[in-house]
Amino acid sequence: MKICVLVKEVPDAAVQKRIDPSTGRMDRGGEKNLNPYDTHAIEAAMQVREGGAVEVDEIVAVTMGPSSAVRALHKAVSLGADRSVHLSDDALAGSDVAATGYALAKTLERESPDLVLLGQQSDDGECYTIGAVVADHLKMPSLTQVIKMDVAEGKLTCERQAEYGYDTVEVALPAVISVGDAINEPRYPSLKAIMGAKKKQLDAVAIGDVGIEAGRVGEEGSRVVCGEFKSPPEKAGGTIIEDEDTNETVEKILAWLDERKLI
Amino acid sequence: MAQNDILVYALHYEGEFNKNSLGAVSEGARVAGELGGECHVLVLGGDDLSDDLAGSLGAHGAAKVFRVKGPEGLAQPVVDAMAQVMDAGGHRYALFGGGLLGFEIGAGLAARLNAGVTMEVTAVRVEGGELLAERPILGDSSISTSRYRERGIVIGRLNAFELRESGGAAAIEDVDVDFSPWSTQATMVTRGEQRGADVNIEDADILIAGGRGLGNAEGFEALEELAGALGGAVAATRAVVDAGWYPYAAQIGQTGKTVAPKLYLAAGISGAIQHKVGMQSSENIVAINKDSNAPIFEFSDLGIVGDLNKIVPKLTEAVKARKGG
Repeated sequence: MKICVLVKEVPDAAVQKRIDPSTGRMDRGGEKNLNPYDTHAIEAAMQVREGGAVEVDEIVAVTMGPSSAVRALHKAVSLGADRSVHLSDDALAGSDVAATGYALAKTLERESPDLVLLGQQSDDGECYTIGAVVADHLKMPSLTQVIKMDVAEGKLTCERQAEYGYDTVEVALPAVISVGDAINEPRYPSLKAIMGAKKKQLDAVAIGDVGIEAGRVGEEGSRVVCGEFKSPPEKAGGTIIEDEDTNETVEKILAWLDERKLI
Repeated sequence: MAQNDILVYALHYEGEFNKNSLGAVSEGARVAGELGGECHVLVLGGDDLSDDLAGSLGAHGAAKVFRVKGPEGLAQPVVDAMAQVMDAGGHRYALFGGGLLGFEIGAGLAARLNAGVTMEVTAVRVEGGELLAERPILGDSSISTSRYRERGIVIGRLNAFELRESGGAAAIEDVDVDFSPWSTQATMVTRGEQRGADVNIEDADILIAGGRGLGNAEGFEALEELAGALGGAVAATRAVVDAGWYPYAAQIGQTGKTVAPKLYLAAGISGAIQHKVGMQSSENIVAINKDSNAPIFEFSDLGIVGDLNKIVPKLTEAVKARKGG
């Protein structure tokens, strides 16, 4: 079985994110990190490999992004991927969700995976959606927000929370599964794995290498145009208490609740 | 013109439509009216989709309901059905209420139709004969407006669209759909399983909610004591419910309950959007968190930066003393 894990470089959670007003795109400068949800996807792949129910031949990390995205691939490899593929091309800049999903699907097609895993969301924009876009292009069944995944020959049994409670769904392979953070506790990479990550095979591909039509990606190929950024209505800032003397803090909370007749 | 008709997906379960879907139908009817078209609704399921049930969508503004026989609770069969209906009918826009299936169906449909897609939308409007969608971004610090070159798929944020009754009757049209081979490769084994005790949080005036910051399941004991002292109930975030610390019935947010109590006290909750959408209409929001940068402080009325393990027990004692005396 071959597993591909889609990963993404995102701005570090501690860094203030902003939109470049002139282009309407996310300002992707500043500190970057591997999307935390994607570390759960890599861990899920590792647990399939270690679980022994099926034989995993290869785990391949795949990303689309500028040259700096190589770091996300190194991190993915240090967490257990055997090699990685980096789709990078100037023509991809400004791609919307539909164009990004199409480009990733074309890149995955060349790998012919039995299972595609990804994190269910990223902090920087595309929530819950990219897996379903990729799956439709690959003509594979798909499920998002999965929190438990048992693998058997040719199929998966997945659990997730949906609108009315927990659903259990059987999915035939090959399939595209996006995972939630409750699925596992990702391991920390060993120092040896971190040091060795840069030596593992990394294929850099451009759009022509994987058969992506230039007209379907980038700003031109995107079907949605974002702009006219504005601030949300101001909400009056709340009162903040720094707890130094807890007795005093509790008195303040009580007074606040009293004032609003909540006790 | 047919392209001014809007197609809305309505989710149902055990003979009832989802409240967020009905909000989307109401909103779809409003904007379709402005565009000079009609609001059409697609429903997919078994025999429980009776003429009465499907026709009831007319009360929220649906002019026509496309009824499709197929497996419920999964996205890809609905993608097939909506793509077929939109291609036959020429609909330019599709609209979804907040919820997990809307994200999956909307994204799959965008791929299938090569359409633009926007998620987490909080408002839609019509300008120059086109539909525009507003979406809060960057932790709700900014709002971006989406325009669609051709077709547009709009996926609402939970509770974004108000449910309205406009009266009227909907025509029902049964549609046969040939599902794609990959759309039938996922099958529901069990649906809507409730895990943990059945607790009622929706009728409580006071809710004490706990998140990952509690550290472990035992952390909820202190919250139950505080809730007891205040005469309220205890709620939880998705993360701690998935971890098995508290029952699913007490979960607030995207895949849980939506509440608006008089007092919502959040203990050890960072305040992710998925949680915020389920409780932001609460009258008074109090947050206790040790991280002063936690997003919850941006929408709380009273924020306490500190250790909840120290504060909550003392607060409970103080409330008891006040009520006793």
